[in-house]
Amino acid sequence: MSEEKNINRRKFLGRLSLLAGAIPAAIVSVPIFGALLGPLLQRQKQVWRKVANASDINVGETKLIQYLNADPLPWAGVSAKSAAWLRRVSEEKFIAFSAHCTHLGCPVRWEDKAQLFMCPCHGGVYYKDGTVAAGPPPKPLTQIEVRKNKNDIEIKTAPVPITTITQ
Amino acid sequence: MSWLKKAGRWINDRSGLSEMIKPLMNHPVPPESKWAYVFGSATLFCFILQVATGIGLALLYQPSSDKAFQSLQYITYKATLGSTLRGIHYYGATGMIIMAGVHMLRVYITAAYKYPREMSWISGVVLLILTISMGFTGQLLRWDDNGVWSAVVAAEQMGRIPLIGKPLARLLLGGDTLGGQSLSRFFAYHVFLIPSLIFIFVGFHLWLVMRNGISEPTKPGRLIDPRTYRQWYHNMLRQSGVPFWPYAAWRDAVFSSLVIIAIVVVAVVFGPPALTKLPDPSNIITSPRPDWYLLWIYALFALMPPKIESYVMFFGPVLIFFLLFALPFISNKGERSPIKRPWSIIGSAFVVIVVISLLVVGNRASWSPHFKAKAITNFSIPQNDSLALTGMILFQQKACLYCHKINDDGGIVGPDLSHVANRMNEQQMIIRIVNGSQDMPAYGGSLSHDELNRLVAFLKTRQ
Repeated sequence: MSEEKNINRRKFLGRLSLLAGAIPAAIVSVPIFGALLGPLLQRQKQVWRKVANASDINVGETKLIQYLNADPLPWAGVSAKSAAWLRRVSEEKFIAFSAHCTHLGCPVRWEDKAQLFMCPCHGGVYYKDGTVAAGPPPKPLTQIEVRKNKNDIEIKTAPVPITTITQ
Repeated sequence: MSWLKKAGRWINDRSGLSEMIKPLMNHPVPPESKWAYVFGSATLFCFILQVATGIGLALLYQPSSDKAFQSLQYITYKATLGSTLRGIHYYGATGMIIMAGVHMLRVYITAAYKYPREMSWISGVVLLILTISMGFTGQLLRWDDNGVWSAVVAAEQMGRIPLIGKPLARLLLGGDTLGGQSLSRFFAYHVFLIPSLIFIFVGFHLWLVMRNGISEPTKPGRLIDPRTYRQWYHNMLRQSGVPFWPYAAWRDAVFSSLVIIAIVVVAVVFGPPALTKLPDPSNIITSPRPDWYLLWIYALFALMPPKIESYVMFFGPVLIFFLLFALPFISNKGERSPIKRPWSIIGSAFVVIVVISLLVVGNRASWSPHFKAKAITNFSIPQNDSLALTGMILFQQKACLYCHKINDDGGIVGPDLSHVANRMNEQQMIIRIVNGSQDMPAYGGSLSHDELNRLVAFLKTRQ
């Protein structure tokens, strides 16, 4: 075998070995990354959930509602629950706010006598209509969809609201 | 020859164990490398402690969103020495972070990152990132209400990353919301993914110690010249180097041993961090706080002007880690002695002071409303001043007390109002209450004229 041929053969076998390793690695990676990136590939369908009776909440009142997220896994336990604040603006109009502060997502609480939502983490405060009253939140509380179905008040489950750099 | 010796020889002959270990033990090190050199190995021993106690905890833990909290209660209250085991793992994390920090400061102050040890510094920064990630994911595995809310807060911070923020936040939570998928992921990261990366980088970091040798103690005026350094170092070791084992190793062994014993003592005395409530995100009566090593970031986000915050959340860490990675490229030769590089000492002191200050401030959390403020009792208000007396009740009902202190109770978000009447007149009080400020809600829309009068009447008695 000539020298040149030998070098070519060496190069070829080296590349063949690397390729032989890379191909199965790439194939096996697909389902592994599938597991890792699953949440981005599968869109969860949001559902309407009954959260209150219209007759249980007076005009002007704000109430905590707790509900189960859309399609929870059987082993989710209580971690699949979410909270929101339901406000009856008028006889027919209801609004609901996600309980997550728009600053860093901590749960805001409603102070009824003061008519304010207050966040325990960094001191964000919101008025009853969800607009920012004080502190670091960059935008009003996130509203979630709510509808009245006869006497049932239903809200549409929603992702945890994430504030982006452009809000 | 006894049969034991024979067996030993056989094993060594067939396995080559001593061929592997002897060069490690006997490799020469600079003679004057003393106590400043013990922090890296102490970090490593803390990591080994974490692996060992982590395996212990994994024997008892249930990585399932619905059962993890109960298994933690089991570990803490029922399992044999479970509480101590949790404590050691928790304070082991603390020890590892402190030792890594001190090690890093030592390397920076003595410029040990300079030629030819740039890769040691870079792999060290990677290890720092991995260690902090372990701390964070470990806190989540406690899976109490603090755990679930910490996950949400982390997702929000990731959300600030331009363009890919939302998908990343979603990826962290494992879906739209917290749920069954969340804890499984945190468990996989904390127990498999990040530790295996740490093993790889620790291996690499140690290999570099063998390849380039540990940096010699500094001497003012002895400059690093990349053209001659390796030869000089080699000659220096040949002339005056001492075998690592036991002349340098004994200090590592003694110090690391003391660190581990201290961790165990602290764990036994103080116990693990208390478990809070169930991991129920719909229970909103909670005040999430990160573990201490992330408390300074929590403080930073409260203190920063809100306008720049979203940018700092993303660009801050990017800039810090860019600078850390760039350091050995910015300066990789010349002087190493801290006496000749006073800025390295000033810079390190600055970082330490800032982080400790933020930890103190974060622990105090003056920006958080004090929801537990008790009802104030009617001291020093004339009994016939009914306006002021009802104003005092309003002061509490309207949540003023959560943010303002009066005498002994109340929050410290806003100014102390114990003597407010001495510095503000009635008109000024009304303007402030009605209009609010950057950090105070405007009460104009929610207070009646009568309520406002009562509140002001009460505040006027605070002299």
